[in-house]
Amino acid sequence: MLTVEGLNTYYGRAHILSDLALQATAGEVVVLLGRNGAGKSTTMKSVIGLVPAESGAISFDGARIDRLSPHRIARLGLGYVPEDRRIFTDLNVMENLEVGRQKPRDGAPTWTPERLFELFPNLGRMKDRPGGRMSGGEQQMLTIARTLMGNPRLILLDEPSEGLAPVIVEQMARTILQLKAEGLCVLLSEQNLHFAQMVADRAYIIEKGRIRYSGTMAELAADAAVREQYLSV
Amino acid sequence: MTVLSVSNLSKAFGGVKAVQDVAFSVAAGELLALIGPNGAGKSTCFNMLNGQLRPDSGIVNLLGRSLVGMKPRDIWRLGVGRTFQITATFNSMTVRENIQMALLSHHNALMSLWKPANAMYRDEAMALLDRVGMADQSERPCGILAYGDIKRVELAIALANQPKLLLMDEPTAGMAPNERVGLMALTAKLARQDNIAVLFTEHDMDVVFAQADRIIVLNRGKLIAEGSPVEVRANPEVQAVYLGSGATYAGEGH
Amino acid sequence: MLANIVIQFMNGLAGASSLFLVAAGLSIIFGVSRIVNFAHGSLYMLGVYLAYTLVEFFGRSSIFGFWGGVLMAALCVGLIGVLIEIVVLRRIYRAPELFQLLATFALVLVIKDAALYIWGAEDLVGPRAAGLRGAVEIMGKRFPQYDLVLIAIGPVVLGLLWLLMNRTRWGTLVRAATQDREMVGALGVNQSGLFTGVFFLGAFLAGLGGAVQLPREPAQLMLDITVISDAFVVVVVGGMGSIGGAFLAALLIAQAKAFCIGIGDVSIFGTVFSFSKFTLVVEFVIMAVVLVVRPWGLLGKQQGVQRGAFMVEPPLYPLNQTFWIVVLAIVVLLGLIPFGGDNYLLVLLIDIAVFALFAVTLHFLMGPSGMVSFGHAAYFGLGCYGAALALLKLKLPMELALFAAPLAGGLGALVFGWFCVRLSGVYLAMLTLAFAQIAWSVIYQWDAFTGGSNGLIGLWPSEWLKNRAVFYAFALVLCVGSILFLWRVVHAPFGYALRAGRDSALRADAIGINVRRFQWFGFTLSGAFAGLAGGLFAFSKGSISPETLAVSRSVDGLVMVLLGGVQTLTGPVAGAALFTWLQDSIARNTEYWRAILGLTILVIVLAFPQGIAGFTKQVAARIGVMRREAV
Repeated sequence: MLTVEGLNTYYGRAHILSDLALQATAGEVVVLLGRNGAGKSTTMKSVIGLVPAESGAISFDGARIDRLSPHRIARLGLGYVPEDRRIFTDLNVMENLEVGRQKPRDGAPTWTPERLFELFPNLGRMKDRPGGRMSGGEQQMLTIARTLMGNPRLILLDEPSEGLAPVIVEQMARTILQLKAEGLCVLLSEQNLHFAQMVADRAYIIEKGRIRYSGTMAELAADAAVREQYLSV
Repeated sequence: MTVLSVSNLSKAFGGVKAVQDVAFSVAAGELLALIGPNGAGKSTCFNMLNGQLRPDSGIVNLLGRSLVGMKPRDIWRLGVGRTFQITATFNSMTVRENIQMALLSHHNALMSLWKPANAMYRDEAMALLDRVGMADQSERPCGILAYGDIKRVELAIALANQPKLLLMDEPTAGMAPNERVGLMALTAKLARQDNIAVLFTEHDMDVVFAQADRIIVLNRGKLIAEGSPVEVRANPEVQAVYLGSGATYAGEGH
Repeated sequence: MLANIVIQFMNGLAGASSLFLVAAGLSIIFGVSRIVNFAHGSLYMLGVYLAYTLVEFFGRSSIFGFWGGVLMAALCVGLIGVLIEIVVLRRIYRAPELFQLLATFALVLVIKDAALYIWGAEDLVGPRAAGLRGAVEIMGKRFPQYDLVLIAIGPVVLGLLWLLMNRTRWGTLVRAATQDREMVGALGVNQSGLFTGVFFLGAFLAGLGGAVQLPREPAQLMLDITVISDAFVVVVVGGMGSIGGAFLAALLIAQAKAFCIGIGDVSIFGTVFSFSKFTLVVEFVIMAVVLVVRPWGLLGKQQGVQRGAFMVEPPLYPLNQTFWIVVLAIVVLLGLIPFGGDNYLLVLLIDIAVFALFAVTLHFLMGPSGMVSFGHAAYFGLGCYGAALALLKLKLPMELALFAAPLAGGLGALVFGWFCVRLSGVYLAMLTLAFAQIAWSVIYQWDAFTGGSNGLIGLWPSEWLKNRAVFYAFALVLCVGSILFLWRVVHAPFGYALRAGRDSALRADAIGINVRRFQWFGFTLSGAFAGLAGGLFAFSKGSISPETLAVSRSVDGLVMVLLGGVQTLTGPVAGAALFTWLQDSIARNTEYWRAILGLTILVIVLAFPQGIAGFTKQVAARIGVMRREAV
């Protein structure tokens, strides 16, 4: 569904991603593991078009998207949830959802606020609350719900567990598995290996902008040497 | 020896009680972790200690001296160092100059209009950077450092006025797992060397269980538990509101 | 008596509507694009002119002709806004805030000269509205029918805007983009379309505000600056981004003005107080009071830090020996010029020296201290008047009178700065503008002491400085010496403390730095040296007028600093030299020097979004990298 090949990205003169390649197919949860500054967030931002790629090819469903602007990419059914949530704090829950709304899409689950409130019951109880007056956990739920309003086929989740209480992290894991059950493809970046093991089918390990390892979660779990080398756990 | 003692601390925002009757103390050389769910009142609690917020009621004493109503900069002058959840350094200066700023302020030398600041307290600054392992990056602009390194620079800044108490708000937020434990281990080492009391908030239970001497748990503005890592971990109420099943962290106790 | 109050109140309401329309447009544009659109007053002015032409065209005597002309004028201005957005602003959304400001300054210059070319310099008196030429009787007083319509327009537009912003998807998207436009794009919303739409709406409101004023005030070329400063005041008093706040503020200010005019001259204990003269400053007094009590305006909220717009400044290099040798060489070279140059060149060089110092003092505020001043000319002008009055009234010798210049500038900055440092960002900039306007109107109106609009003459230097070449050397030494001193301060602990406060006020506070106090002292220091530049200016010209502290002089200073680049110390000097030379050489050759200057600035901004010095630095860095890579 998503194919990235030979991706090179720069911030000014700093080479952030080099010859990065990865794939995600429909119905699977893929995790990008790596340290801070390894290039996980930049990979996500390059895919959604927020950071322009210097060279390389990014295809979504066979069509090239690497020269498109973010809003065109989003309209193809690619949803992006940023790591720092970026809730519209002056807008209430319903308005935040409205900003994310797009037309129903073939081959993707169609979301309405009512359906989302079944997935995130907390949000349903605070429809009129401004985003700025919600706790970190609630904001994290809202930012995912907002992206789902665009009826994406693939969703990019950038460090969804960061800064959340362990109980909320567990809830987040259940949510991701529910999305997978709906048929969504999920690409997430994580530093919390325990969390990744709860939700992901496959993993890529990224270091200094390069993919250093790729394999199923089971293979990674069995490979202590790789975990020691790249994740220091 | 008790460095910080807090009792009956309370704060409400427009009728919502953010912090209620919180009491605890931190001893010299001790690392005390403050944990709790998002929105439990940890930040509010913290900001009342460092002077950003004025408590509605309660006592905050540093070595017997009340801090209530003091400005953050005056609290610093009494020997309270701080690091922030989102790092705050002077990005247009080099790493060394960042430390020099703290030293210039500590020595009340900021009003000078003539002497080049770059040359003042250079050696002291380098000594501090050496302690946090940043001496080799002293001439780099702070704005281009890796996140984990900025955290260490903040630690060196916090040490510049020979503090008696360190307040660290989510010191490892945004860092890689292995760096997190490293930073707090470094903090613990320095705190024990210099006999500094450390109070920190944290979401990474691996860090908390590995480095904290004691833990206090806040939920909905109230303290619900206090004790050693082993005790807190076994507390059913803490598990229900915060820790969950334990599946998302590994942390072994001391 | 009561009838008078009611009529004044109604006058105030009528005046408020137009003010509200302009301010609402400015506020909406700022909210989404984060661009402080200095050209917004120019759009208003175009609204008045276009309405004049179009009402003539459609027939001034029919109701359709009048209102059709007014609406068409507003629509045209809206389209001009769209054009500006697409051609200029869209290219610089990612540029630093100050560069966007510079670009909109340039637009002010271009639009002013375009209007001069099309409509000429004469004031154009518009027709009265067809069908509404009469008056109604209110409590025995006559009140124009047309003003009743104006009174209604404000609340109607407020209501429509509220519905648009809160009840439509477009409005929700606009409010979301106001907070985080990049995220809105990542959610599938076409940002360019949204921005263009917002510019259309904002410009349309400005045009409408201008067009409906046609029957009440003539079309003239000064409207742009007066309206933009009024609109700034309204937006800041109401709170950035708050449309309701803008409405409240417009009411408050229009009422205050109307009452000042209504009261007229009042005799208290034998002294005559002229309230009508007070109208010039009343809005600025209101703004100063509001900002000190409620720093974010009546209904405003603290502005969050804008995402991604922050440029990190590189560390300062210590002033080493090479630097001093280069400076010395340049000064010697400059000192040798009088032996080969003519009188005209000397005049230009003196101007350049004076304005280089002025620009460096402004840069001292904008760069290391992080405080943008829209009213820096106040301290320059106070310096002029301080020196002039010391010479003329106190009969001090010129050398001593020159001391009064930094004293006056510094004292002004000490007083105004105390208020200003309580704010930050755009709010601080607006307050500096307000204080500059207050200082200007006091000097402008105090005929007996300051010579009023005529200014003061007979300011000649002492005998030994009468020779131009000698005066040039004198000015050069003082200006270069002051500039070097200020650079030294930037490198000293004091300057570092200022930068610390700018980089992170939170961190500075946490290491015991009283940021506000340092900013206050820095403000004063900058004002004192700006005053010195003013004093030298006064003695080099022999006469001064309130022009020396007018808004346009403050704008000149900003353009100099921004041209040179805020990120370098030497930039402002280069910018001042280039600007002074350009202004001088273009103004001698064409009536339309503003347009040429504006277009030049636009080209520079679009081509080098970091200023000239920043650009050369970048080139140098790039060459350095290439060398290193080659090794």
